[in-house]
Parts: sequence; C-alpha cells; structure tokens
Amino acid sequence: MKLSGWGQYPSVDAEVAMPLADRDVTALIRSPELGRTMIARGLGRSYGDSSLAESVIGMGAMDHFVSFDETTGQLRCRAGASLDQILRVFVPKGWFLPVTPGTKFVTVGGAIASDVHGKNHHVDGTFTDHVSLIRIATVSEGIVDCSRSVHPALFHATCGGMGLTGVILEAVVTLKAIKSSMIEERTIKAANIDEAVAIFDDNGDATYSVAWIDCVSTGKDLGRSLIMLGEHAESGGLAVHHEGRVSVPVNMPAFLLNRYSVWAFNTLYYHRVSQPLTTRTVHYDPFFYPLDGIHQWNRIYGSKGFTQYQFVLPKDNGLEGMKVILERIAGSGRGSFLSVLKVFGKENGNDLSFPMGGYTLALDFKIDAGLFAFLDELDDILAAYGGRIYLTKDARMSRECFRRGYPRVDRFIETRVRYGADKIFNSLQSQRLGL
Amino acid sequence: MRNVMIFGATSAIAEATARRFAERGDNLYLFARNRERLAVIADDLKIRGAHSTAFDVWDAGDRKDCESMVTRAFADMEQVDIVLIAHGTLPDQKACERDVETALREININALSTIELLTLIANRMERQKQGTIAVITSVAGDRGRQSNYVYGAAKKMVSTFLQGLRNRLFKSGVNVLDIKPGFVDTPMTAAFKKGLLWAKPERVAGDIVRAIEGGKAEIYTPFFWRWIMLIIRNVPETVFKRLSL
Ligand SMILES: Cc1cc2nc3c(=O)[nH]c(=O)nc-3n(C[C@H](O)[C@H](O)[C@H](O)COP(=O)(O)OP(=O)(O)OC[C@H]3O[C@@H](n4cnc5c(N)ncnc54)[C@H](O)[C@@H]3O)c2cc1C
Ligand SMILES: NC(=O)c1ccc[n+]([C@@H]2O[C@H](COP(=O)([O-])OP(=O)(O)OC[C@H]3O[C@@H](n4cnc5c(N)ncnc54)[C@H](OP(=O)(O)O)[C@@H]3O)[C@@H](O)[C@H]2O)c1
Repeated sequence: MKLSGWGQYPSVDAEVAMPLADRDVTALIRSPELGRTMIARGLGRSYGDSSLAESVIGMGAMDHFVSFDETTGQLRCRAGASLDQILRVFVPKGWFLPVTPGTKFVTVGGAIASDVHGKNHHVDGTFTDHVSLIRIATVSEGIVDCSRSVHPALFHATCGGMGLTGVILEAVVTLKAIKSSMIEERTIKAANIDEAVAIFDDNGDATYSVAWIDCVSTGKDLGRSLIMLGEHAESGGLAVHHEGRVSVPVNMPAFLLNRYSVWAFNTLYYHRVSQPLTTRTVHYDPFFYPLDGIHQWNRIYGSKGFTQYQFVLPKDNGLEGMKVILERIAGSGRGSFLSVLKVFGKENGNDLSFPMGGYTLALDFKIDAGLFAFLDELDDILAAYGGRIYLTKDARMSRECFRRGYPRVDRFIETRVRYGADKIFNSLQSQRLGL
Repeated sequence: MRNVMIFGATSAIAEATARRFAERGDNLYLFARNRERLAVIADDLKIRGAHSTAFDVWDAGDRKDCESMVTRAFADMEQVDIVLIAHGTLPDQKACERDVETALREININALSTIELLTLIANRMERQKQGTIAVITSVAGDRGRQSNYVYGAAKKMVSTFLQGLRNRLFKSGVNVLDIKPGFVDTPMTAAFKKGLLWAKPERVAGDIVRAIEGGKAEIYTPFFWRWIMLIIRNVPETVFKRLSL
C-alpha cells in the first residue's frame, strides 16, 4: 500500500505487517524478504521518510499497558501504545507525560526512536531521559532488555536511533504527578528575536516555554514572537481531552498557500494578543496540542506535500545564526504558518538525539520546485554555525549535512553493526543518509 | 459496574469494546484461544480500570470442554450482565468451493460454535432474568454473494437464531443484540485495500456499547450500512445473480 510520513512527501509502495505479539515481530525479522528494506512504524507522525521502507512493521496492534506503579508513576507499556491513550487512562489518576511533543498521536516506540522533546526540554530533557528500560527485538541477540546499565551502547543508540537498531517492543516510562489537568498559561509579546531570547532567559525556571515566531517580518521586527509559558495548575480537576471532531477531508489546492495568505496569517496571529502580557488557565489539550483538534491538517498543504525544517543552533553564536537564517527565510517569500522557536537545555549522551543546548526553530514549507535548493542554502548557513537538523522532520538533507550535524554517528553505526541491524533495518532515510 | 463475558476476546473489535467496559470499571471474563495474548489483554484492561479480569483458554473448534467452561464462568461471576460473542474467521471462499471439509469447518467456527455457546448461555441468562447477549454477525449475512457466501450463510444462520432467541428471552427480560459490522480495519481484513467505507474498531466498539446500553435488537455499524444493505437486499434476484459481487 502507498505510505508516507506526515508531510505526505515522499511516499513508497510498502507491504505493511501488523504483528500482534513479540513472536510475530521476531518472525518478521528472521525471514526478511530478500533485498527488501524493513523498518518499524508507529503512528506515522514523523514528517519525512524515517518510517518508510519496502517492508513496514506497523506497531499499532501492540499497544497494551503492562503494569503501573501508583507510587512511583512507572508505567511499563508496549511500544505501540499512544500518548493519547496514556493521557486518557492516567490523567484521571493524576499523572501526566514527563515530556510530550506537539501532538498526542505518537507511539511510545516513535517517541523513543526520535527521542522527542517538548516545551519543557530546558528543565526536563527529552522523552528518553524518563525511560529506564527498553525491550527491543534485535537481529543478532534476539529480544534484549537494555538500559543505561545493561547493553548501554544499544540503549544510547536506540534512543533517537530512528528504528535503525531493532524493533522496540516495550518500555518503562516514568510519568509525572499532576494535581490538575489545567495549565496556567502566560503569553508575552516580544518585538523581535533579541527580546524573545531575553524573555526565554528570564524565564528559565518556567516548566514549559515555547514561542510562536513571525517568519515574514524583517528589520527591527525580525523574529517578533509570542512566548508562551506554562505551569501545571494546582486545581481545576483531572478531566481528559475530547476527541477532535473536525477533519480536513481532502488535499487542499496548493495555491491557497502563498506568500499573501502566509503574511496575513502571521500578522494576524501576532496581533491576536494586544497586551504585552496575558494570562489564562487552559486545559492541557489546547496548550500542548493546538492542532490535534483538526484531523489530517497536513492536507492543507496540497497533494505535493510539505516538509518541516527544524534545526538547532548551539548557544554560543546561535542567536547570530538564527538572525541570518530568519532574514533569508523572510527574504525568500517562503513563509510558514506556524513557526516555532524554543531554547533547549543541555544535550544528553544518546548517539543521534537532536536537542543540544541552544536555539531551535521549526518551520513548515510547502514542497515546490525551488524548495530543496533553498533549504540546501540554509543547511550551509547551519553548518557555519555548527547546527543540526532533526531527523524525524527531515526528508531531504544530504549525507554531508547529516554527518556535520551528528558527530557521534560512527559510534551509532558501530552499535548498529554489532546488533546486526544494518543488514535488516533500513529506511528510505537511512539509505539516503548512508547510515 | 457490570459483569461482562467476552468470547473471542483477542479480536480487534472485541478488545476495543472491552476497553470501553474497562474504563467504566466492569468485571471482565475473557475467552480466546491464545493464552499469551489473553494474559497481555487482561493486564492491560486491569490498568485501564477494569475492576477485575479473568480469562480462560477456549477454542471454538473444540467442543470438548465448552459446557464445563461456561458453567464455571457463570458460577464465578454469579450474575452476568453482558455476554459478547465476537470470534470469527473470514474464509477463503475459493478454498471452500474446492473442499467440503474447509467449507464445513468455516461454518462450524462462524455458526455452530456460536450456536453452541448461545444455547448454553441462553438457559443461564433466562434463569437470571436479566442481561444482554450481544453477538457480532456481519452485513455479509444480509445477502449471499459469490465472493463470500459461505461466511455470509454462517452469519445469517446466527442472525436467524438470534431473532428466535430474542423472541424467547423477551419475557425473561434478557435482550439479544445482533451486531452487523460493515468493513472494519482489523487483522481479519489486513489484506484488503482500505477506502472510504472502512471503519476503525474503536468506532464500532462505541456503537456496540451504545446499542447494549440502549437495549437495541439489531445494529449496523457504522450506521450507514443499514442503508447500503437496504438497497442491496432489494435488488431483484434476476438482476443480482448477474452482478459480480
Ligand atoms: C503536529 C506535530 C507536532 C510535533 N511536535 C513535535 C515536538 O514538539 N517535538 C518533537 O520532538 N517531535 C514532534 N513531532 C514529531 C513526532 O513526535 C515524532 O516524529 C515521533 O517520532 C512520531 O511518532 P510515531 O509513533 O508517529 O512514529 P513514526 O512517525 O511512525 O516513526 C518515527 C520513527 O520512529 C521509528 N519507530 C516507530 N516505532 C518504533 C518501534 N516500535 N521500534 C523502533 N522504531 C520505531 C520509525 O522507524 C521512525 O524512524 C511532531 C509531529 C507532528 C505531526
Ligand atoms: N473486520 C471486518 O470487516 C468484519 C466485518 C463484519 C463482521 N466482522 C466480525 O467481527 C468479529 C470480530 O472480528 P475482527 O474484525 O475483530 O477480526 P479479528 O481481530 O481477526 O478477530 C477474530 C477473532 O476470532 C478468533 N478466532 C478465530 N478462530 C477461532 C477459534 N477457532 N477459536 C477461538 N477464537 C477464534 C481469533 O482468535 P485468534 O486471535 O486466536 O486467531 C480472533 O480473536 C468476527 O465475528 C467477524 O466475523 C468483522
């Protein structure tokens, strides 16, 4: 069947197997169809080609909870369990995800394989920083439990390893205790990127922080932003989210998305807030997952699809690099509806995890003829400032760009080979990047 | 809190339904043939909120221990509020045409084993004087088509049996629900190309729970299948026999 990531680009004709139990997974690994690439897939929320191959192992049916410790918040679950289901079951009991990406429709396996980050990266690190054990089906050692002390190289390669070390079957994640499902949100207006970064720095102790950034304005308005800070509320009940009802039924005509509509959106969004500081109490659902209410919103970019360009620049001279890149994007007329800026905390020791101390920016671009050449230019600027691109969003970066950004790649490949994974697990992305 | 028994508990539709029951804190008694998966599902349902879970290994193709198993389960639960029967197979129609044994085996799993369970359960529910018996049949039973009439015939046999049973148990206050799904995206239909008419098991599960609560006699799920099947049932046979369905 035809399969693609969230960006609808690229797509492959894949054979999808849906294992129901560990032994089905082992059987798939043991008898790969000759010469075919194979990779695990969760809910397909990675944007590009990370979860695409000729044979795809769909983990959706292995979504069970195995055990839960009510005193420590330790949840053992199968890799196909979604963050949506975890919230549904555990929020009413007073527990929340330790780290969550901007959509709840991802699996635990996918969250580990991409080592996802959330709005609390600067204080709580990445998703796998809260994972104490991973059960994984490997090629050469069979089913293995790995952690920071047992098979540590496998653990550090698997966290952020984009499914390239084996199939994650099960994991232990420590949930976070909450008293309420509400979030106290503060929104602060920043007139430009310097002000935005200063606000992030002043609010380093806020649990959650993220900025929506206007990527069409230039000059003294360059990088004007709305910075949103959040804290779990102390009261307000433990209600869970509702199912989204709206859906984009078909791909929209691509011309609807042009420099005028993007400019209008960015300007209106910025002026949505008129006070320099506003506060409100909101449910976690709109705070963390503003787009989840509209199913298949990815169709607004049209049938050619889109890509998300997310990079991080190291703290040292990253602000300068950020300005150069923002100027370039604004000048190109290729804006993005929702561009997100965040200041990351320290990087962890995993081989291929994306976050490092510094500034990250994520923008969506509709795919058209000149886009990739333009992004290559941005890659060169990134390289000059020591930045890297997020693998789970990528569909097009070059091998050189990847190697420059990920200095621990050789260690990753060594572990991959040691567990026999290079022979079996290959995605379109890993082939493109020479992994 | 209800006491619920589920046969074919490893089915994707049954499991999605069991999760709804678990969320409201029901007691669940599960039957299926794969012990390992039953254990995984039972633990999961417990964490999702089931007040208690129990399971027993049961193969619909094996008549030996069925009666004692049902007796044990009814004794354990004392009172049973809901029985859901969900097991089934989607036969290879061509294989059924070539081989009598295959055809009869499929009829056995999809019809006779269900009737066996229903016979044992109906007497116990009748004595209890309350509860719901819900059985998953299929829209395929509404009209025989060349592509799957063995399956359709088996499902139809169960549907007709359920009609009579509903009539009999009405005076005892037991409701009998016939659930007719259309196309559902489950392991049973993994090989099919999916289009607009396909539903997720979660959606079907929601319909099942609502129909049980509402005391319905028969449902099509998703609802639009009622209208699709109305049309299909009304195509004159002289026309229908010429169609390649
Ligand atoms: C609207 C939106 C917002 C997002 N916001 C954020 C964000 O704020 N922060 C962030 O970090 N990310 C974010 N993401 C990206 C998303 O969190 C990641 O792409 C995540 O990995 C998707 O999980 P998935 O289950 O859909 O996995 P897939 O997309 O199916 O797969 C992603 C990768 O994980 C691997 N994988 C999946 N399951 C397994 C398994 N069981 N074993 C081994 N490998 C496996 C795949 O091979 C693939 O390499 C966002 C995505 C969307 C669509
Ligand atoms: N999917 C559809 O489109 C569709 C449409 C209409 C009706 N239905 C009906 O819906 C019901 C549930 O099916 P599903 O879609 O959820 O598919 P499924 O996940 O494949 O479930 C079928 C279940 O039947 C069980 N089963 C098969 N043979 C058995 C046997 N001999 N003994 C015990 N259990 C046996 C299977 O057990 P194992 O896991 O051990 O194999 C499995 O749990 C079935 O009655 C089916 O006919 C489905």
